Amino acid sequence: MSRLKLSGVSKSFGAIQALDNVSLQLGPGEVIGLMGDNGAGKSTLVKIIAGNYRPTTGEIRIDDKRVEFHKPIDAQREGIEIVYQDLALCDHFTAASNVFLGREPMKRFGPFGAIDYEEMRTTSAKLFARLKSETRPRDVVRRMSGGQRQAVAIARTLLSDAKIVLLDEPTAAISVRQVAEVLDLIRNLRDHGISVILISHRMPDVFAVSDVIAVLRRGQLVASKKAAESSPEEVTGLITGAIEYA
Amino acid sequence: MSDTLEQAIGQAQHRSTFARIANLQVFWVFIAAVLACLALSVMTDAFATERNLFNVSRNFAFVAIIAIGMTTVIASGGIDLSVGSTVVLSAMVISVLMEGGYPFWFSAVAALGVALLVGLINGVLIAYAGMPAFVITLGMLSAARSAAMVLSNNKMIWEFGPDHDLLLWIGGGSTFGLPHPLYVLVVLTVVMSVVYRWTRWGQYVFAIGSNEEAATLTGIAVKPIKVSIYMFSAFTAGLTGILMAGWLGSVTTNLGTAMELTVIAAAVIGGANLNGGEGTALGAVVGALLIEVIRNSLILLGISTFWQGMFIGTFIVIAVSFDRIRHARS
Repeated sequence: MSRLKLSGVSKSFGAIQALDNVSLQLGPGEVIGLMGDNGAGKSTLVKIIAGNYRPTTGEIRIDDKRVEFHKPIDAQREGIEIVYQDLALCDHFTAASNVFLGREPMKRFGPFGAIDYEEMRTTSAKLFARLKSETRPRDVVRRMSGGQRQAVAIARTLLSDAKIVLLDEPTAAISVRQVAEVLDLIRNLRDHGISVILISHRMPDVFAVSDVIAVLRRGQLVASKKAAESSPEEVTGLITGAIEYA
Repeated sequence: MSDTLEQAIGQAQHRSTFARIANLQVFWVFIAAVLACLALSVMTDAFATERNLFNVSRNFAFVAIIAIGMTTVIASGGIDLSVGSTVVLSAMVISVLMEGGYPFWFSAVAALGVALLVGLINGVLIAYAGMPAFVITLGMLSAARSAAMVLSNNKMIWEFGPDHDLLLWIGGGSTFGLPHPLYVLVVLTVVMSVVYRWTRWGQYVFAIGSNEEAATLTGIAVKPIKVSIYMFSAFTAGLTGILMAGWLGSVTTNLGTAMELTVIAAAVIGGANLNGGEGTALGAVVGALLIEVIRNSLILLGISTFWQGMFIGTFIVIAVSFDRIRHARS
């Protein structure tokens, strides 16, 4: 069974062919590292999976069921969650409030409802424990480290019972120690049976956690192979075009 | 291992209640206002009199009511420069209608309706047309005052028809020794403090101000909420227009001129962050109180009122730099 299957996905913007006949498969609990130079089509592919764009041709299957996304919310309903590069967190809010932003639980008092902060704190504490991240629900995000901020962003995806999590450059612009933390978070997602698509420029990070490495060049998928059977040198060659195909 | 992790997660911040209160800007502004009041009570005979305190509490209520609306706008990352003009427009609508023989309640509802319309226009242009709040509300500052002039033909109105006494009682009267605008302010402060903290709308106002893109990405209906924020701000201005008409007993098109600046000053002194994401209803009230105490003290101490702007300006700078220092420390 494949969790996510793309078959012959192409996308063109007018005369520009952003993606050309991309086919890709991702199993449950599998981590795929998506690599490619700027303009290779990574963002376009991510946006198609996230429901921002519709493919010109080709189809997407989730758990062997054909899906069509018209809006990002359609993708969310199918269990696809995205952790954005800039993390999309509210700095002035606590970790718990950020995890629940947009879906706050309400406590009812007759005709009135009030946000249930207790519920938000206990649930997000459980999520942080699952992620093995030392993040306190009551702390304000502004004062958190890059790794903790990633934990908050990833806890959001756990809250919605995601099947597939897309991480867009999660290790860019954070310290080395925090990178290790983030990679642990990704392994944790994998251990919970969640499939991960990791978009990154950082070769060591991708090799550290990925089961499969996929390389895009000029809109074409030039490689999709087991990380164990590849090497950073090969991937670099594939990205630049020194190696035609693998 | 897992025990220590859960302990770490479960840990609250290592800070006592006092440390948390002392970290709030509103606390220090309140202390400043109290100290100023104490000093004035000692230094002058006129301050701690019932008459003066009554005046102070009524005068600051007008600014404080709008400052709560302004704090909401500022917390969402916006600004509303049109409140002073909305005050005069609302006051003029109720005056013209009442002068024309309409009852108070009908005229008041019409005045609030016009104020809400002003907020609606502001909000739609800002949220849906994506124009900067500063520019839109600056335009409205000019347009709304002009509308008030057109409506009244720039005349002073002091006859309010059959409900004349009712209007004067509502805006200028008192119950149990406290001026009526103060009651309105207390209710609004309590309601908005609850709304900010315990409702989704309140949280989303701050979320929009903190990171608008994040709010959009998490599916919050940012645009309708923004419209409602500007409508609320205009509502507080419209309410104040009605109360001021009753308090003054006459309305001219000069009413509320430059009031937006005092209101913004009150909100900022009270801890509203012009970058969005921060602000409290109580802070707006305390900020407005401090400004009024400064104004009142200068008069009582016989210092020229020309100095007023210097003091208020200094306090704005102190308040914002306090905020900087606090953030740098944490």
